[in-house]
Amino acid sequence: MASGYKYIEAIEKRAGLLGICIAVMVSIGGLAEITPLFMKAHSQEAPAGVKPYDALRLAGRDIYVREGCYLCHSQMIRAQRFEVQRYGEHSVASESVYDRPHQWGSKRTGPDLARIGGKYSDEWQRMHLLAPRTLVPESNMPNYPWLENAGIDGGDIQARMRVLRRLGDPYTDADIADAATAVQGKTELDAIVAYLQGLGTLNVDTSAPPAAGTPAASGQP
Amino acid sequence: MPNTETYNDDVVRLFLLAAAVWGIIGMSIGVYAGAELAWPALNFDVSWLSFSHLRPSHTFGVIFAFGGSALMGTCYYVVQRTGHTRLALGKLATFTFWGWQLACVLAMVTVPLGMTQSKEYAEPEWFVDIIIAVVWVSFGTVFFATLARRRIQHIYVANWYYAAFIIAVGLLHIVNNLALPVSLTKSYPIYSGVVDAMVQWWYGHNAVAFFLTAGFLGMMYYFVPRQAQQPLWSYRFSIVNFWALISVYMWAGAHHLMFTALPDWVQSVGMAFSLVLLMPSWGSAANGLMTFQGSWRKLKTDPAVKFMVIALVFYAASTFEGSMMAIKSVNSLSHYTDWTVAHVHSGSIGWVAMITIGSLYAMAPRALGQPAMYSHRGMEVHFWLHMIGLLLYVISMWLAGVTEGMMWRATGADGSLTYSFLDSLIAIKPLYAVRALGGVLVVSGMVVMAWNLWHTAADARAHLIKPIPVPIPEPVMHQTPAPLPAYP
Ligand code: HEM
Ligand code: HEM
Repeated sequence: MASGYKYIEAIEKRAGLLGICIAVMVSIGGLAEITPLFMKAHSQEAPAGVKPYDALRLAGRDIYVREGCYLCHSQMIRAQRFEVQRYGEHSVASESVYDRPHQWGSKRTGPDLARIGGKYSDEWQRMHLLAPRTLVPESNMPNYPWLENAGIDGGDIQARMRVLRRLGDPYTDADIADAATAVQGKTELDAIVAYLQGLGTLNVDTSAPPAAGTPAASGQP
Repeated sequence: MPNTETYNDDVVRLFLLAAAVWGIIGMSIGVYAGAELAWPALNFDVSWLSFSHLRPSHTFGVIFAFGGSALMGTCYYVVQRTGHTRLALGKLATFTFWGWQLACVLAMVTVPLGMTQSKEYAEPEWFVDIIIAVVWVSFGTVFFATLARRRIQHIYVANWYYAAFIIAVGLLHIVNNLALPVSLTKSYPIYSGVVDAMVQWWYGHNAVAFFLTAGFLGMMYYFVPRQAQQPLWSYRFSIVNFWALISVYMWAGAHHLMFTALPDWVQSVGMAFSLVLLMPSWGSAANGLMTFQGSWRKLKTDPAVKFMVIALVFYAASTFEGSMMAIKSVNSLSHYTDWTVAHVHSGSIGWVAMITIGSLYAMAPRALGQPAMYSHRGMEVHFWLHMIGLLLYVISMWLAGVTEGMMWRATGADGSLTYSFLDSLIAIKPLYAVRALGGVLVVSGMVVMAWNLWHTAADARAHLIKPIPVPIPEPVMHQTPAPLPAYP
């Protein structure tokens, strides 16, 4: 220790050297774990037949982000038997390639939503978002009544799609041109319900047979 | 002339005031959000008031506004005292104060209004992120410029931690927030899916490591020896712990993504490094606690010491808990439950808030030109309110977390799940009420502290304080490394 200490002492007497050593030490771990993922990410393809969010679902996803749903709901079914039993087939990386940012969540005050699409009817989802306790009296989810009357700006959605295209999401000119009409007359409530109904149905490989445990569409809660 | 040089405590006092105010605001928002989970009617159908809009405001308020102000204020205090020099770049230092307050106000107002990136602890949108980055670089500049003009050759270990905190947080903030704006209020991150998850939790975990741990360890390494009035137990041990802590922490982020779609090898690396992390964590806790050896009697007389000792105990406890939760089989139970929330708050109300409060009680009289805090009784009351509130919070959320974890995995004889999701929510709801009560006690303690500081600051408010001259040390060539400068 005594001989090694002289190196430490050298650092300890030079503020600049201390700063550089710190910067190097803190960079190694992140570089080692994140760089390989980047390479993998570039090879990470969207599942067969999965397109980036259409205009209405994109609007819905951004409302999900804005309302902070991720703070109570995860979208990540872990590879655990009891999770698969409760929520359906476990989540895989390809399902979230179009999620900027990811919506995996870290706390379940409410249930996981990765495979919520098709589990309930549109009508159930609408009522539930407006006033959860009319359907589930013990729930502690907030009401989101302001979604019902808020409209969606087509131009804004087009601007969003253009930015996403610059980041690499494969939107075509036609996708963007049609976006304004696709959201015309729709409310924020329509958009978020469309987004929810697509989770686990439109972002997964549709060419494969439906995974075991995926709940079938039904109107019943 | 160096002989007339005085410490710049003006900016320290401003940060001290800000920390007290933000502490009350940030924690009150936490209490309200907690109460909403117990009594959802409190959402009142108002968008910015509802739980999912308020919660990021709570985390930003307590971590960055309260913790950040306390860290920057103590950092400026400590770097001057340990270097026997006045703060460099006084105007820039004042700018960091106002800039930081602006960033905090903007973040805590815009996020509840829906301008959020939905990245935990990095919610504010790009325009706030840029302000934060500018202030942060200025803060680093003031800090390193002050180090550069120090009169003590050895850089005391507290400054090492502050330096790591500044460098790492700057790096994390910038990398995690890279995004392409659509408009002033909306942007998309350049990462998506798995890569975004990994970058986010590399950030999220190391925000814990460098904001909530390294920074506060810097505070600890200065104020604990100071309050114990004896040198650090082992200076060399603190060096070993320092390098181990800052290099190991960066590897551990993956423990937030166990059993997810993240590649398995990254999860395993995250778990391994989280276990190793226990050693430097306990090393620092032990070093702090052992520094009180021989002056334990101060526990009876000095409330600041009480806060510090309990803070170190909770630091040891929550890092132990964290390492255990990083073991895959434990994480399988704890992840997504209120156990995580219990862990977070034993770290934050136990360690972060208590080391801050202890340090503020140690620093405030000196920075405010008083022999002691205005009310000794006030500090005692604060201690007990905080302790009881902390225990109510942590124990109730542990119980809730384990209950959820067990109920979610319970299966009957035929292999089917025993409970619906709702069953677990119904089971833990009373515990949410207990947590809210605990929070009320913690906030009440903070109000008592603010009252106490207000009275201690009477001279400062009347502009009666004389700046403290910098003691100019004898030039010592090979000073042994225990350079606790003389009082004050
Ligand atoms: C009066 C004291 C406090 C109360 C009542 C309180 C309450 C809460 C509540 C209700 C949540 C949301 C939990 C959930 O989503 O289920 C939360 C989250 C959080 N709080 Fe606090 N809090 C307090 C103090 C603090 C302090 C002092 C800090 C940090 C310095 C802190 C840091 C956090 C963090 C980091 C989270 C996010 C946890 C996670 O994502 O798992 N809190 N708090
Ligand atoms: C050796 C040290 C530590 C280790 C290994 C550790 C490990 C962990 C683990 C495994 C989780 C759960 C992740 C999950 O299942 O989602 C977690 C969450 C968390 N820990 Fe720690 N922890 C440590 C120390 C601390 C300290 C001292 C604090 C606070 C001051 C802290 C704050 C947090 C926060 C805020 C989260 C919640 C993140 C979120 O989900 O939003 N940790 N930690």
